[in-house]
Amino acid sequence: MSLDLAKIRHDFPVLAQKVHGYPLVYLDNAATTQKPQCVIDSLQQYYQHDNANIHRGVHALSERATAQYEAARQKVRGYIHAASEKEIIFVRGATEAINLVAQTYGRQNIKVGDEILVSMMEHHSNIVPWQMLCEQTGATLKVIPMNEQGELIQEKFNELLSKKTKLLAIGHLSNALGTINPVKEMIQQAHGLGVPVLVDGAQATAHMSVDVQDLGVDFYVMSAHKMFGPTGVGALYAKADLLNTMPPWHGGGDMIRTVSFTGSTYSQAPYKFEAGTPNIAGAIAWGAAIDYLMDIGLEPIAAHEHHLLTYATAKAVKMSGLKIIGQAMNKASILSFVMDGIHPHDLGTILDRCGVAVRAGHHCAMPVMKFFDIAATTRASFAFYNTEEDIDRLFAALAYAQEMFH
Amino acid sequence: MFFDLKDLYQQVIVDHNKHPRNFREIEHASHDADGYNPLCGDQLHVYLQVDAQNIVQDMSFKGNGCAISVASASLMSEQVQGKTVDEVKQLFEAFQNMVTSDLTEEHDFSHLGKLAALAGVREFPSRIKCAILCWHTVQAALRGDPEVARTE
Repeated sequence: MSLDLAKIRHDFPVLAQKVHGYPLVYLDNAATTQKPQCVIDSLQQYYQHDNANIHRGVHALSERATAQYEAARQKVRGYIHAASEKEIIFVRGATEAINLVAQTYGRQNIKVGDEILVSMMEHHSNIVPWQMLCEQTGATLKVIPMNEQGELIQEKFNELLSKKTKLLAIGHLSNALGTINPVKEMIQQAHGLGVPVLVDGAQATAHMSVDVQDLGVDFYVMSAHKMFGPTGVGALYAKADLLNTMPPWHGGGDMIRTVSFTGSTYSQAPYKFEAGTPNIAGAIAWGAAIDYLMDIGLEPIAAHEHHLLTYATAKAVKMSGLKIIGQAMNKASILSFVMDGIHPHDLGTILDRCGVAVRAGHHCAMPVMKFFDIAATTRASFAFYNTEEDIDRLFAALAYAQEMFH
Repeated sequence: MFFDLKDLYQQVIVDHNKHPRNFREIEHASHDADGYNPLCGDQLHVYLQVDAQNIVQDMSFKGNGCAISVASASLMSEQVQGKTVDEVKQLFEAFQNMVTSDLTEEHDFSHLGKLAALAGVREFPSRIKCAILCWHTVQAALRGDPEVARTE
């Protein structure tokens, strides 16, 4: 089940370019992934032939646009194995999805004295919306700590989970460390105490098969651009019975049934949460990305990425002066590291001039940096179109940086 | 145009990063301030000892950051010693002009002395803030600004 890398790389036109005189090596996939030609074509096709507003027009273009938009919702549903397309809310991205849950479910159900449980390795987008909710409600944010390998300490999770806990919000795959959290087990434990769970799947969905019904998760959030789709679109999955009791968030067109100056009535989910004209083209092109991924298969993708991570980790371990940040047993697609005497930002610049794109910084996970007592890391993050040669180029550039700073 | 990395990481920069000059605190400094670059996480604290004639008798810094920010602060600390507060301000403006100057034109930066080693950052737009953070922080200290200095 190995991948045809030459064919796959040919599908991503952006990869076939030179940067500073060298063939591009793109290893910043955790920030955003590149787009295959079929996704680019889908955007163009929509604007060239089908552009219209959805859910209201009776003309042919509007009917085509609506059909494609709703077909994309079905594709997202299928991708994460949700029971019904009514459980898929299109939003701008994972960040907006978390804010939606905080400001609707959270405002409705979380009160003074309650606790919201997150983990130390969360992206800022799974911290700040809960802090804002705590300020609004008088609830308290509690944090599950991690160990030196970058794994959550499950005993501490058990201690922190209590009758006061009203929500657990946890990342599926850490963008800063690559750690895959045992979310299924954590969801079961939380549900044992009646605590609903939100899982931030922004990083996970490009790298592994997700089954929200098998996980039993209450809320699952995702971003299209992290899984080869366009920017500006994502989804919130929520169980139907939760969506039905949650109040709407943004008010406007498309989310109403009737409007009068004495009051308005609202549509049912998912439309209740989709006020205004959405990113129609983006949703449709995301559907094209999902088709593309399903066609290749998530299993061979995960296997190839696992091979890349193993290959890169072996090289990293051998390189003197390099320290890997994040060495969880269960890990995917991300190699975060620091190097003696070279600040990640200098490394980022040097690698860039060698044609290698990585991320240098705190990765929107400042508490992770604080835990490891560092200001920043350099992060190489892999996608299925990356090759062993890409990793060889990365390590050649790292050796060059060491020589330069010697 | 193709730039060599050596334009940015000249030997003098690498040296000042490895062995920053005046990397210490000044007890009972007459002026001090914090600088922070949220993009890189560069953090520094500058100290100045300014006498009654408005002459900088001593200047030092502490903190951590990338090679460009550390080397820039180190080079600056050597250059501002013995200068009047007005002269430091003029030097800041000259430095700022240098690092933001147009690449397509010829420039003479010899009046900036060793600071001219940082002219290479012009070629690396994302790194200009690293070079200039320490200068903003010194200005904040001299103004007695209680806020953390930033480059935005």
